[in-house]
Amino acid sequence: MTELLKLTNVSRHFGGLKVLQDVSFAVRQGAISGLIGPNGAGKTTVFNLITGLLPPTTGDIVLDGATLLGRKPHEITRAGVARTFQNIRIFKEMTLLENVIVGMHRHLAYGVPGLMLALPKYRAEERRARDRARELLSWMKLDHKADDLADNLSYGAQRRLEIARALATEPRLLLLDEPVAGMNSTEKTELMREIVNIQGRGYTIFMIEHDMRFVMGLCEQISVLNFGKIIAQGDPEQIRRDPQVIEAYLGREDDEVAVTPDVEDEA
Amino acid sequence: MLESLDNFWSIYSNLVLSLGTASLLALSIYLTLSCGMLAMANAAFMGIGAYTSSILTMTYGWPFPAAIVAGMAAPAVVAFVIGKPTLRLSGVYLAMATLAFGEVVRLCIIRAESLTGGALGLNGIPQLTQWWHVLLAVVAVLFVLARLRRSRIGRAFEAIKEDETAAGLMGIDVNGHKMLAFALGAAIAGLAGVLNAHLTFFIGPQEFGFDRGVEILTMTILGGINSLFGPVLGGIIVTLLPELLRSFKDYRAVANGLILVLIVLFLPKGLWNPAWMRRVLGLERKGVTP
Repeated sequence: MTELLKLTNVSRHFGGLKVLQDVSFAVRQGAISGLIGPNGAGKTTVFNLITGLLPPTTGDIVLDGATLLGRKPHEITRAGVARTFQNIRIFKEMTLLENVIVGMHRHLAYGVPGLMLALPKYRAEERRARDRARELLSWMKLDHKADDLADNLSYGAQRRLEIARALATEPRLLLLDEPVAGMNSTEKTELMREIVNIQGRGYTIFMIEHDMRFVMGLCEQISVLNFGKIIAQGDPEQIRRDPQVIEAYLGREDDEVAVTPDVEDEA
Repeated sequence: MLESLDNFWSIYSNLVLSLGTASLLALSIYLTLSCGMLAMANAAFMGIGAYTSSILTMTYGWPFPAAIVAGMAAPAVVAFVIGKPTLRLSGVYLAMATLAFGEVVRLCIIRAESLTGGALGLNGIPQLTQWWHVLLAVVAVLFVLARLRRSRIGRAFEAIKEDETAAGLMGIDVNGHKMLAFALGAAIAGLAGVLNAHLTFFIGPQEFGFDRGVEILTMTILGGINSLFGPVLGGIIVTLLPELLRSFKDYRAVANGLILVLIVLFLPKGLWNPAWMRRVLGLERKGVTP
């Protein structure tokens, strides 16, 4: 099995608060993996460390053999990591199409002269970007709304737009932060299908999710985080039976439906 | 007919041309605003451009085109140097840092008396600016900015304005694009300074102080940054207003401040806002038909 992403003994402290302690796990190439854990366990912090929004206090994060430490967020995106946010961060004053095209920033290969003179190269690249953006929107069943303002979308549709926008950066690893939070069961079932389709197209997916049915149904590998430590790793069956996990997480029914943001989210 | 046009031109040519330089100034701050940055250094950049080019043409006898290039390059280089530490600031902190920079520039101009004429200013700048220079400058700047808006760079500016973090995670070099907007805006402000200095014979340090900075901001906030017409419209209104209300000329700064407050309160997207204009026109039509 090839490991696309590998975290080794990653810790993150905020002052005296140890949000993550010696977290180690790997994400397998081409698979759907998940990270679960009660509210405040440090899940979003893991995403913030991977995407370079925060530096880890200690430890190493490696993508396909190259360390991500010390790189800026945009450099990590260019290295092939894209993400969505728990509290949706689409560009609300742009259309859906523009949102997705922003994600292609890096992949539009024209220089300043081409742009100023509207040379054929520029026009071809812009047309290609629009076509590709429409295709990505159609993956998420949003192509019929391509020219609508993103702000007018329903909550569930905004989450799907965020995934389309993340895919536009041509990632090797797609990080989804609670993709079905706030969705109804029909929307969840649809998104499940769409995520399987995305994986089928060769993307590696790593998600944080509270919805156990969703995680257990999609992920082949799950890591469980509790109070900043990994307490269990394995396939859904192993996780379901793990006594520590049951105690920490599955035993408490109220967590399964919780949608309140993690406390460290904005940190 | 032609004679009256000649008359009009001989009286008002300076005013018409200053509409052009005002538009350039409004467009220069539009660039940073469209990137979500409230940078207040454009009056200082205008001053750097004006002094650099005037000293070059007056003292060193440089040809005008070379002075224009130098008058644009100097503020852009200064913008690059001060942008490195300041552009990571956001919101009101960036405004404060850039305002302070503006004051530093003004005081430097006053202190460097042998070079700049100090508080008395520079007198007898050759009148090299032709009407078509101004027109060409406005058209060229509008063209460049219009092209930028329709490209990945313009989209990156807008993304940064809406959400810096999300923009960075789209693979956009946030600091690089902010620097580009800041330095390009400085070059455009410098261009306005060059053209203005070689139009009016005289420049003094007071022209490039806090009042001018607020005036430039007022133009662009008044016009709005939804389109390139907004800043041009704002520049024209803010320049014409004191001419139309001659008797209130002493209150120019008050009027600018008042406009700024009113626009921010009632028309946060500025005057050039198609949706709002349609609504107003729609209301008027209703009023006419019984």
